[in-house]
Amino acid sequence: MNKLELISALKKEADISKSEAAKIVQIFFDSMADALVVDERIEIRGLCSFYVKKYKSYVGRNPKTGEKVMIKPKKLPFFKCGKELRDRVNNSQ
Amino acid sequence: MALTKNKIVEHVNELGFTKKKSVDIVESLLEIIKQSLESGEDVLVSGFGKFCVKKKDTRRGRNPATGDDLILDERNVVTFKCSGKLRESINK
Repeated sequence: MNKLELISALKKEADISKSEAAKIVQIFFDSMADALVVDERIEIRGLCSFYVKKYKSYVGRNPKTGEKVMIKPKKLPFFKCGKELRDRVNNSQ
Repeated sequence: MALTKNKIVEHVNELGFTKKKSVDIVESLLEIIKQSLESGEDVLVSGFGKFCVKKKDTRRGRNPATGDDLILDERNVVTFKCSGKLRESINK
């Protein structure tokens, strides 16, 4: 399911116009992205939580050539699945 | 302060929906995402990232407290892969 399909599904489910649904889907993911950019945690009950994890620089290797490369420090969002979602994904089959 | 559902509802409220409708809309959106993942379908959001359902096989594990061997059943887990665009703005 991509963003467009998400928008059509929301339009139908919430009985709103397509442009309203598009705005809301955008607001939803933009709010989360903005929070992560300013290093704020996200907690959406039942779905998931996120926090920004910081990685130090380290010496890695190019797996193709075996060459040593310096990996710069980086930040990545760390995803944790919510309890409800975790249970539902497991009980479906 | 963490970003919660409440804050997102407020943003939707600012579009001119009533408070109750805003809550309903956000809950619908969450439900759609959960249903998709529950049915095994990934959710792809360009500019943000993708939520994928991955199947984990049965494996032998160990109870870290007692050291007993045990079998972990096969299960499904949800993983998230950050989009390049989001990763860039986080590292700016």
